[in-house]
Amino acid sequence: MFKFALGRLLQAIPVLLVVITMTFMLVHSAPGGPFSADKAVPAEVLIALEAQYNLDQPLWQQYISYLSDVLHGDFGPSFKYPGRSVNELIYSGLGTTAELGFYAMLVAIFIGVIAGVTASMRPNTMQDYIPMTAAMIGICMPSFLLGPLMVLVFGIHLEWLPISGWGDIPGDKIMPAITLGTGYAAYIARLSRGGMLEVLSQDYIRTARAKGLSEFLVVGKHALRGGLIPVIAFLGPAFAGLLGGSFVVETIFNIPGLGRFYVQAAFNRDYTMILGTTVFFATLIILFNLLSDMLAIWLNPKLRQQVRGESS
Amino acid sequence: MSNNETSIVLEKGISLWEDAWIKLRKNRMALIGLGLLVFLCVVSLLTPWIAPYGYEEQNLLLGATPPSAAHLLGTDIFGRDMLTRIMWGGRVSLMVGFIATAVALAIGVIYGAVAGFVGGRVDMVMMRLVDILYALPFMIFIILLMVVFGRNLLLLFFAIGAVEWLTMARIVRGQVMSLRKQEFVEAAHSLGLSQWIIIRRHIIPNTLGPVIVYTTLTIPSVMLLEAFLSFLGLGIQPPQSSWGLLINYGVETMEEYPWLLIFPGIALSLTLFALNFLGDGLRDALDPRTSKD
Repeated sequence: MFKFALGRLLQAIPVLLVVITMTFMLVHSAPGGPFSADKAVPAEVLIALEAQYNLDQPLWQQYISYLSDVLHGDFGPSFKYPGRSVNELIYSGLGTTAELGFYAMLVAIFIGVIAGVTASMRPNTMQDYIPMTAAMIGICMPSFLLGPLMVLVFGIHLEWLPISGWGDIPGDKIMPAITLGTGYAAYIARLSRGGMLEVLSQDYIRTARAKGLSEFLVVGKHALRGGLIPVIAFLGPAFAGLLGGSFVVETIFNIPGLGRFYVQAAFNRDYTMILGTTVFFATLIILFNLLSDMLAIWLNPKLRQQVRGESS
Repeated sequence: MSNNETSIVLEKGISLWEDAWIKLRKNRMALIGLGLLVFLCVVSLLTPWIAPYGYEEQNLLLGATPPSAAHLLGTDIFGRDMLTRIMWGGRVSLMVGFIATAVALAIGVIYGAVAGFVGGRVDMVMMRLVDILYALPFMIFIILLMVVFGRNLLLLFFAIGAVEWLTMARIVRGQVMSLRKQEFVEAAHSLGLSQWIIIRRHIIPNTLGPVIVYTTLTIPSVMLLEAFLSFLGLGIQPPQSSWGLLINYGVETMEEYPWLLIFPGIALSLTLFALNFLGDGLRDALDPRTSKD
């Protein structure tokens, strides 16, 4: 297991290098410099600015120095917020986005697993159709539609919940978490239904039933562990999706998180910020994919055996 | 399955496609999805002729009005007819969905087929590349591309297509690899059939099923991606319009004029619904392993 994780971590290095290189090249091939968008700047000021941000050096030299900075965990200064570094900006938004993502994931797993398992216990009955139709609606109702609709109904008409902010008024975290989590709840419901159906037809479940276990024990103790493997494997990609979803949700609800910073950076053409956050996101996504893979292996004896066989 | 149909099976044997069609016809939701999709495509194609008002036709005196007999879905703040705007927006949304998916399909199928056929070291290198690309945060890359090169429609097709081909390549490669080892392909070889005939008669038809299913499911995810980008203001730019952009505008004025948000939202959701149900139905219908109960 340790060897497997180490191997995967080593494989992540070239991936990250590709990410950094591609992003760097893309950003530097952008037409117009980062300072050309604003009102005309005197030539000498422009030269001074470019010197300050190392833009006067040849591209490969900038690349090398950026690479070494990133290796030291330094994403450089922000182009648009003078005097602030990308690290500071990432740091100030990360906590909020992580909290939002965590609550959304809780919503997704809790609702998704319950719906999926309920549906799988009586396939092709109403107990199956109702949660699965709800899941389909959840998939077809993107967050940028669900969020505003919830704001309209619960925020503006019923006035039950605050419509924006994060941690200012009690209850203002509820709608963002539900908005971000619903789509994933729907996917998780479908995956856990599929996984459970497969497991519930296995011999060992028949054995468990035959020895007289209650349905609750059969499902809760024996089936769930195997049936949820597809869900666990989905958590890695879901995490990447959550990051993307946070762009929208943080914009809708005016939440000062990393996602909104990223979108703002994209609009402002704050190149160092874009570069830094992209590299940062890529690292996170790779780590979470690794974690979800390892969890899936740990839960699945067949895969565990395979990994042992490979590493010994 | 009724007795009648069973006897047909026994008498002449039916092809995978006939069998799939029989199964699909019994799946009501998938059929509704198919019907809705055909309807939307026809409407989109005919929009320039059947739209009730002109695309740019404004009526500033009228302003935003709720649905009425003259404007079935109401008008926006410039007095533009919402039904017309949704029809034109749907053209763009559907076009992005189909064209970007076609790009993904072309790249993915060719890449996967080559990897699966050649096999060996070439296959290993090619699939490693896919693995690496999988780990990249593509949503962010698309945003980056749109920022760097400006928001143009062609680039959007290309960027989305370039992202979505990965899974297609994996599916095709896996299918080709497993088919090459199947007995019926070996049998064809031993009968002396040429490689080309085997590809045409056995490999392509058997790969087509999963490819069709995945294509049907890629279209909604592509449309969603476009709507997502347009919603953030990083996708389609005015004067062009798409459902994502209409939803974006609708959100700005939803307190006073909720129908400006709700109708484009319904249009997008219904289309995604139709495509997803059709995709699910096709998957069930085209999978030869599902029992013919």
